[in-house]
Amino acid sequence: MIRKFTLSALTALTLTTGGAFAAGAYDTHIEDFDFSFEGPFGTYDQNQLQRGLKIYTQVCSACHGLRYVPIRTLSSEDGPGMPEDQVRAYAEQNFEVFDEELDDFRPARPVDHFPHVTSAGAPDLSLMAKARAGFHGPYGLGINQFFKGMGGAEYIASLLSGYTGEEKEEAGAILYENKAFPGGWISMAPPLYGDDVEFDDGHEATIESQSKDVAAFLMWTAEPKLMARKEAGFVGVLFLTVLSVLLYLTNKRLWAPVKRRAKENNDS
Amino acid sequence: MSGIPHDHYEPKTGGEKWLHKRLPVVGLLYDTLMIPTPKNLNWMWIWGIVLTFCLALQIITGIVLVMHYTPHVDYAFASVEHIMRNVNGGAMLRYLHMNGASLFFVAVYAHIFRGLYYGSYKAPREVTWIIGMLIYLCMMGTAFMGYVLPWGQMSFWGATVITGLFGAIPFVGDSLLTWLQGGPAVDNATLNRFFSLHYLLPFVIAGLVVVHIWAFHTTGNNNPTGVEVRRTSKAEAEKDTLPFWPYFVIKDLFALAVILAVFFAIVGFMPNYLGHPDNYIEANPLVTPTHIVPEWYFLPFYAILRAFTSEVWIVIAANFLTGGIIDAKFFGVIAMFGAIVVMALAPWLDTSSVRSARYRPMLKWWFWLLVIDFFVLMWLGAMPAEEPYATFSLIASAYWFAYFLVILPLMGVIEKPLPQPATIEEDFNAHYSKTGGTKTVVDPTPAE
Repeated sequence: MIRKFTLSALTALTLTTGGAFAAGAYDTHIEDFDFSFEGPFGTYDQNQLQRGLKIYTQVCSACHGLRYVPIRTLSSEDGPGMPEDQVRAYAEQNFEVFDEELDDFRPARPVDHFPHVTSAGAPDLSLMAKARAGFHGPYGLGINQFFKGMGGAEYIASLLSGYTGEEKEEAGAILYENKAFPGGWISMAPPLYGDDVEFDDGHEATIESQSKDVAAFLMWTAEPKLMARKEAGFVGVLFLTVLSVLLYLTNKRLWAPVKRRAKENNDS
Repeated sequence: MSGIPHDHYEPKTGGEKWLHKRLPVVGLLYDTLMIPTPKNLNWMWIWGIVLTFCLALQIITGIVLVMHYTPHVDYAFASVEHIMRNVNGGAMLRYLHMNGASLFFVAVYAHIFRGLYYGSYKAPREVTWIIGMLIYLCMMGTAFMGYVLPWGQMSFWGATVITGLFGAIPFVGDSLLTWLQGGPAVDNATLNRFFSLHYLLPFVIAGLVVVHIWAFHTTGNNNPTGVEVRRTSKAEAEKDTLPFWPYFVIKDLFALAVILAVFFAIVGFMPNYLGHPDNYIEANPLVTPTHIVPEWYFLPFYAILRAFTSEVWIVIAANFLTGGIIDAKFFGVIAMFGAIVVMALAPWLDTSSVRSARYRPMLKWWFWLLVIDFFVLMWLGAMPAEEPYATFSLIASAYWFAYFLVILPLMGVIEKPLPQPATIEEDFNAHYSKTGGTKTVVDPTPAE
């Protein structure tokens, strides 16, 4: 179930204490994808995170780093939940890090972070899903975050699936038209063409499904403690609600004789 | 001491007497906790407890966060991510601290507008009011510097814009700016001094809070009627008051629990609601964000700062009269700080003999217009600096000043106040017999 809506640059700028990105006069379009981690009870889908990791590793990691994310956290139960030996193998096979003690490169270990990639001048993706706000409604108040999040994952998925196929050359660089990117023209070439990766369980790998999977994975890299946080929020609200009721009753009982006396004094 | 007559602490056991002779600390706590409090206080008198809680929350979470934070331009951003990812409970601590600042400001604005409506600033509570304003200023300084510490894009550019304001001061501006930033631009020295002051100021606030409480414990609380507690005898005072413990402690704690339930919903389910996404991008002096916005609680004053552009006649006049010393930028700075100064001067600008706006039929409406004005300014502060927002900002800023400089002094002369109750007891009794009477008639469950 996908609801579509257009977010004009102007509404993105209206009453924002939180996020907005200016987009000139270009109408950006963020598709409101449904993700499993939306809403107060939303949780990450481990299979989706693992698929997203695979897409990141085989496609995105060529240019983009995840410098703040320790590789060991891939085994987190609240994240991709990969077995530890699998994480170790993943680190060794995919990344090399510079070891100051060895004064040489060595295969990455789980304790290392994902590499910090700067070669292509592409931004680090660790926090991208929190550094972009796809929507800020209603009326720019941002209250819908409560049910849908900030829309960072939606922004990423919309961007990855938002290429129109148009390109233009500007100052020697090729720009690609993209419906989600502020300003409409992005220097990143379309990274996904469909079936870019093959999943072991035969899960579909269309541009849209891959966009969503990698967006979900990047939401996790940006907010790895999302599930623990929501749990704490739930326990906190529940506890405080019970406490409020008890204090309300205590207060009522405490003041009852005072109020009764007030009424009697006035009536007499 | 000219306080409200009430029972004082009497040491009973030998040990208590021994201590009391040497250090009357138990007596101090007893008198503070058992202070006679007007019994007609309404739900707007709960914000003090909320504010005290916020201060404690911010100090406790802050002290723990400092244990893992690195105040250096190369490591600050990464150390915050370290807190979010590797420190046990770190994400929760940081989100509590981040949103705790917002709760702090929600409470302080409610507290200030409560004071403005019920005339709590008026004699003999001017000192309480002034100290309150000092606390508010320290809070703004602390919050601003705290926002710089994560060293994100908004941290850096917010710091650049706000410290830049001091550069607008004639003659000394440039040297002052360099002195504040610790160099020619916002850099490591700025981050370090902000970190140091961000840690220091909360303890200054804590000290001021003690004085604030001391001051209003000397004068006694104001109350919704603005009528003073009778002090001629203890028996009469007791008709107007109830001891703070347990009556108001329990009431305040109930309110606090309700507010915290909402607070925890925000922290748990939408912790970045009040933050800016750009602050999850590390500070980059070479890339200016398209739209630099301060935190929501600064927006009204930010709007006033930006309202006075060089096209406004009063700015042109000031510029001409001072021979160019006061330019538009400096005028904006004066206006922003002036907006808080006029508020601090309210006790002397208000000429009415009546405290509470409940009995001031005209001021009441001007007051609510001021509240609306505040929210309009907040909205305008988030808008880009272009028409029509610039004109709106000017009108809204003008009203802010007009309220304090024109309306408050004038109302005391032209307004005819309504009759006030003779005593707090009378007001309290009337209130409860009224609601008590209707309660039996009105069915509390809404019709389907």
